Amino acid sequence: MYDRGLVHFQVFDPGGMNSAARLFFFSTRSAFALACSFRAFLPLFLAVLLWPLTHLTAHAQFRVEVTGVGLTQLPLAVAPFKGEDSAPQKVSAILLADLERSGQFRAIDGKQEIMDESSSPDFSQWRQRNADALVAGSLTRLADGRYDIRARLWDVVAGQLRGEYKEVVTAADLRLSAHRLADQIYEKLTGDKGVFATRIAYVTKTAARYTLWVADSDGEGAQAALASPEPIISPSWSPSGSHLAYVSFESKKPVIYTHELASGKRRVAANFRGSNSAPTWSPDGRSLVATLSRDGGSQLFQINVEGGEPRRLTQSNGIDTEPAFSPDANLLYFVSDRGGSPQIYKMPLSGGNPERVTFAGTYNISPTISPDGRWMAYVSRIGGQFKLQMMDLSSGQTSSISETTADEKPSFSPNSKLVVYATQVQGREALMTSTLDGKIKARLAGQSGDIREPDWGPFRN
Amino acid sequence: MLIRSISMAVAIASLCACSSGVKLNEVPVEDKSATAVNNQLNAPVIGVGSAVGQNSVAGVMTEKSAVSKAGPTGSNIVFFDYDSFTLKPEARAVIEKNAQFLQANKQNKAMLEGHTDERGGREYNLALGQKRAESVRRAMTLLGVSDSQIEAVSFGKEKPADSGMDESALAKNRRVEIKY
Repeated sequence: MYDRGLVHFQVFDPGGMNSAARLFFFSTRSAFALACSFRAFLPLFLAVLLWPLTHLTAHAQFRVEVTGVGLTQLPLAVAPFKGEDSAPQKVSAILLADLERSGQFRAIDGKQEIMDESSSPDFSQWRQRNADALVAGSLTRLADGRYDIRARLWDVVAGQLRGEYKEVVTAADLRLSAHRLADQIYEKLTGDKGVFATRIAYVTKTAARYTLWVADSDGEGAQAALASPEPIISPSWSPSGSHLAYVSFESKKPVIYTHELASGKRRVAANFRGSNSAPTWSPDGRSLVATLSRDGGSQLFQINVEGGEPRRLTQSNGIDTEPAFSPDANLLYFVSDRGGSPQIYKMPLSGGNPERVTFAGTYNISPTISPDGRWMAYVSRIGGQFKLQMMDLSSGQTSSISETTADEKPSFSPNSKLVVYATQVQGREALMTSTLDGKIKARLAGQSGDIREPDWGPFRN
Repeated sequence: MLIRSISMAVAIASLCACSSGVKLNEVPVEDKSATAVNNQLNAPVIGVGSAVGQNSVAGVMTEKSAVSKAGPTGSNIVFFDYDSFTLKPEARAVIEKNAQFLQANKQNKAMLEGHTDERGGREYNLALGQKRAESVRRAMTLLGVSDSQIEAVSFGKEKPADSGMDESALAKNRRVEIKY
């Protein structure tokens, strides 16, 4: 749910939709590989205690507060979808909340409208209301319980149809379908791929328990993947989005697991002598690079997800940790104190000398590279404060993009337009998403207990 | 009763898979909705009503670990300065006492758990805590303790002893605990 009262924007003259309208027809999407199957659960590696799904939903209620001023905002009206009042999800509300949260759209009130995708909009009326674009649609419940969703996007300025959308989904996937629709509209109107249908993993902590959650990118629909009396840190999405790797202390030492989300099946990926931590998946999804102390010290090793002997990658007498791949998988960025204090280095995965990347200050950690390969986000300790930094990798220029002082664990959205990170606001832990220039931010504050360790999941299919 | 038998089954099954052979205790995590828990380890993953979708996540719960066994009396904690893993003179007595215990009781094992205060990144602090634990391990092996009896691990900043923010609280967190 979004709360209009919390959205503060200046109105700018929308540039918008001068391009010739084009008709886009969306085909019904094929089912995703993540579809939960009903096959028997086989405890191949670790026995698990299963929770029914009703127990797992929505423990963390998010409040999204968008602050900051965007350069241009496209005024968009979304009419309630015909049939959504009796459906489990209000698709038009989810759609509008997604688009508003991006900071690139301003909602024009469409709540009183009674229309659907087959309506002929009165464009002059909408122009008078200063809308540049209009969305209307419908949900129809089919005999088998699934929903047929249809929508159309109109260019109000040109007075033309801009796009059509249709999909048939189960009730359980209605939210996801609304997010996919938001992505399509976002892409049509901005030219950028949307991330509304993606997911974020994060950890919460209460007095008694740590929980690893997987939620929609708007923080809604959170489901618990793991609950434990001991800490959970460093969740890392597999490139396909089917698994999370993470570090669990349930055995009273840090152990790396890989965990298949749909089934709950998990596997110990690394439990060598000493500590096992900081897992990151290779872009081909076949191996993890992680920090192991099995040889003494903390060094980087590559581990095949199927198992087998790890291959040592770094050779220093100090700490080498927090590996992060470049998107083309050729380079590994990581943190090392081989120079006397923690700095970020990069080295070819095939071997070769590490090259130092950060030079300002005495403490630079937690590197992550944007999927388009252009940016590195990381954290610097400056004057005792821990501040999120953004580095343009082509020029080496860096900028500080947060107003907070306890920033941790940045992670890019798969379209490289946003970064999520953990921080503290007014003494309480929170997750923040931000545009790369720091101008538009949204806060996700978990209501029960502390919230930390975010990782942004990949595009689906 | 049901929870106990589930926990036992979980414990037994996990013994086969966990390479460090950790036993799980029968004490379950407090859960008021216990009546709804699926009580068959091999049961298929069944969504409730129409709740199963492409985004469905099947939850996993872990149990609390075994309670530690007794070690020597007296202190089992070694403290460190900020950003440091050097052993201070005060640490000697603690390390010697525990080393003596392990040499006299060759069947006993100890975990050397390294910790940091809460300033800084989680993973870098995990590695710092590891350095502290390894300092203690090295000191113990120099005193003749067999390597197979001790394992150096780190909790980083995850388990502070004192949640205060003043210097004396932070100092209590920069430590290695010797646990049996």
